Amino acid sequence: MASIILRRLLATVPVMGVVALFVFSLLHLSPGDPATILAGDQASPADVERLRDALGLDRALPIQFLEWIWRVVQLDLGTSIFTGLPVTDLIVQRLEPTFSLMGLTLLFSVLTAVPLGVLAAWRANTFSDRAIMAGAVLGFSVPVFVVGYILAWVFSIKLGWLPAQGYRPIENGFWPWLRNLILPSMALGFIYIALIARVTRASMLEVLGQDYIRTAKAKGVSRRGVLFVHALKNAAVPVVTIIGIGVALLISGAVVTETVFAIPGLGTLVVDAILRRDYPVIQGVILFFSFVYVLINLIVDLIYTVFDPRIRY
Amino acid sequence: MTSPILNVENLKVAFNVGDDRWRQIVHGISFNVREKETVAIVGESGSGKSVSAMALMRLLPEQSTRVSGSVRLADKELLTLHEEQMRRVRGDDIAMIFQEPMTSLNPVFTVGFQLVEAIRLHRDISRADARMEAKKLLEKVRISDADTRLDDYPDAFSGGMRQRVMIAMALACNPKVLIADEPTTALDVTIQAEILDLIRTLQDEERLAVLFITHDMGVVAQIADRTLVMYEGNIVEQGPTERLFRSAEHPYTRALLAAVPRLGESAGHTRPMRFPVVDIETGKVDSPGESPDTVDDGRTVLEVVDLTTRYPITSGVFNRVILNVHAVEKISFTLKAGETLALVGESGCGKSTTGRSILRLTQPTSGSVIVNGNDIVSLGPKQLREARRDMQMVFQDPFASLNPRHTLGDAIKEPLYAHGFKKGASDRVADLLTRVGLTPDMSRRYPHELSGGQRQRVCIARALALEPKLIVADEPVAALDASIKAKVVNLMLDLQASMQLAYLFISHDMAVVERISHRVAVMYLGEIVEIGPRSAVFGNPQHPYTKKLLSAVPEADPSTRSKKRSLSTSTELKSPFRSVDYRPPARTYRTVSKGHQVQEWGEEWNKEFYCM
Repeated sequence: MASIILRRLLATVPVMGVVALFVFSLLHLSPGDPATILAGDQASPADVERLRDALGLDRALPIQFLEWIWRVVQLDLGTSIFTGLPVTDLIVQRLEPTFSLMGLTLLFSVLTAVPLGVLAAWRANTFSDRAIMAGAVLGFSVPVFVVGYILAWVFSIKLGWLPAQGYRPIENGFWPWLRNLILPSMALGFIYIALIARVTRASMLEVLGQDYIRTAKAKGVSRRGVLFVHALKNAAVPVVTIIGIGVALLISGAVVTETVFAIPGLGTLVVDAILRRDYPVIQGVILFFSFVYVLINLIVDLIYTVFDPRIRY
Repeated sequence: MTSPILNVENLKVAFNVGDDRWRQIVHGISFNVREKETVAIVGESGSGKSVSAMALMRLLPEQSTRVSGSVRLADKELLTLHEEQMRRVRGDDIAMIFQEPMTSLNPVFTVGFQLVEAIRLHRDISRADARMEAKKLLEKVRISDADTRLDDYPDAFSGGMRQRVMIAMALACNPKVLIADEPTTALDVTIQAEILDLIRTLQDEERLAVLFITHDMGVVAQIADRTLVMYEGNIVEQGPTERLFRSAEHPYTRALLAAVPRLGESAGHTRPMRFPVVDIETGKVDSPGESPDTVDDGRTVLEVVDLTTRYPITSGVFNRVILNVHAVEKISFTLKAGETLALVGESGCGKSTTGRSILRLTQPTSGSVIVNGNDIVSLGPKQLREARRDMQMVFQDPFASLNPRHTLGDAIKEPLYAHGFKKGASDRVADLLTRVGLTPDMSRRYPHELSGGQRQRVCIARALALEPKLIVADEPVAALDASIKAKVVNLMLDLQASMQLAYLFISHDMAVVERISHRVAVMYLGEIVEIGPRSAVFGNPQHPYTKKLLSAVPEADPSTRSKKRSLSTSTELKSPFRSVDYRPPARTYRTVSKGHQVQEWGEEWNKEFYCM
């Protein structure tokens, strides 16, 4: 197992390299002189020259890239132009809200979507199946911010049950933390639930037609046992795959959701950075999210082996 | 006589075929099964035999099927039982095993989990006790190392072993009735014999009533006390098995029996024998004849010399070769125009790989395959294409080997177009369809509109399109019902007579082989262990493996049943996996009579034979 993880981790190095190259190019492909961009709008020509010299921006691009990579490896992502703080510190400060939002969304979505998908497959082509699938189409079609504003309007403004804005760290208590995250998670989870439910249904339908399901029924396994033990474990691999791929959706969704619900996470950090053309922050956050995504896919691959003993790496 | 344990009366099943239309599949059948009795339901695909079994277990989907009549288990009426109570009947009172051992076990749970589950569903015992019980069950079905095998997943078991596990699972709660739906159809003959023996022995031990569903009259003769013959959803005849085989009354039963290949029927003949064909309406039998002499001794169509095909098994980051599969190992034979050589053996023996290697669909490792003076093994791509005009292939599965989106005409034209014969292709298709017993107007139809037998005829027509000299037929009739099988074999014999075709007929079915072949080669672990004229190999088998194969064929005669074999754990094929530095032993062949050669066998065979 350990050697598998190590091998897979090594395999992520080239992937991260390509991502890093892309992120690095971001600055140099943008129109205008990198030094002028990095120095900000109020800088004098002398400031620009000093920065160019300090960052080595007059050197050949490959050299610059290698130097930049070397700093990144040492977790030095540069300094924010706007705040003057190290980008690494900025990211670490914003981790908790974003990971809380993503984690809660993930949990809530899987716990809702998988049973819905199983129900739809078991009741295929009946009213409940069609209702669930129609809901899924709706989930795909309505953008996160629309869902977010509707939820905030109903549950916060009209009913006053939950706060519409803001974030409370978990160290101030579990319930305040959860209260603030319920609406954002629901909004963000909407499309995710639709996606997972559809894939669960399709995968379950295929499995339910297999011979071993007939065997389980002939043994006298209850309906719930057939669906959730015999069928679901076989149907799990595509579902886990889509959950992993869907993390990309969560990342882009988190950016929008945090803005709608004013959560001080990585999403708002990157939105602010884009508006201020704070390139080091943009680069840092993109690089960080890519790394998280690659890591999630590694975890997904490992989870496969739990569900299907025939998969070996 | 004991009273019936399972009583089925006027059972009817209808399927919903869209909107509110229902098609009647089973038209009110009645029968019963007694304690310790085996009742066989026999019939061809679509006769409703499996549907009836599923109906009495209430395993058909409720929304799309209608079941009526009465199914009584002792005093309990099953058809009106509440679903939860019916669930308790399944696996506890009535257990079931199925045709497909490869897919009937859940691949993501260990065998132990599945056995323990079956036990604990109906019995209130602890997990640890259930595991002990599961171990005993595996021992009961003669699986060795039961304790460690419990922790294996199904993919670590072969087909025969999986069927044993299925049987163990079925016996988990000491059921009163066992329903076996074609339990041996997907297995090799020697494994089939073992499983049938096992079911018979366990039936005695457990006082089971067995309902045995099959299409194979040979199996019926070996296992059933009473037999019901089903045809298009009706029981057309029933009675004691011996009586049925001796004097069947219904024309359909007679047709079914006539189509059963029996070993030894061709004794005294040297040429292939047509199957007798019975008219289902009138019951008249046309007399089978020996086919005309088609072999042209002067023309060798195919010469195979020391053909060897191995597959490397790789592992690790650098794809290092760790093992070689010796699929085909130094085999040699020749085939004359108009001659049929049958290649027989069990799954995994390399007979299909041999066929594919000859056409170079699989690249051979060494050796030569000479067709028309060209060595196929070393031809360039362009010449290979040319050479393939003379040799065509017919595959086992007529469902999978026709493209569902091409019309039959397109399928047959394909080889013509591929070799540039565009002109007159449509006329050629019409002619070919007629030759294989279909009509020219079928060229516009799609494969799903045809039955299995008709599809196989189309596959044969496609193979004939380029007027080949050699046809490699890989299990061409294995997937077909007995009566259809007989017709397709007869068709192949007719085509051989009119076109002087040479057949390499790959099959595991000894009885079919006996009818169709001039010569027979027996393969074991990639090697030919015995080859010779059919009458010599069948009449005077030499190699222990040939003898074993022949003795395992179920005889379609209930009176031969008593000879019981001891239940060996398993006599499945040994593995053809060899280490990289393995050198195959040098083999010598002994000539028995003219053209009949047998490989000299080692000590291990004498021991093995002794166990049987």
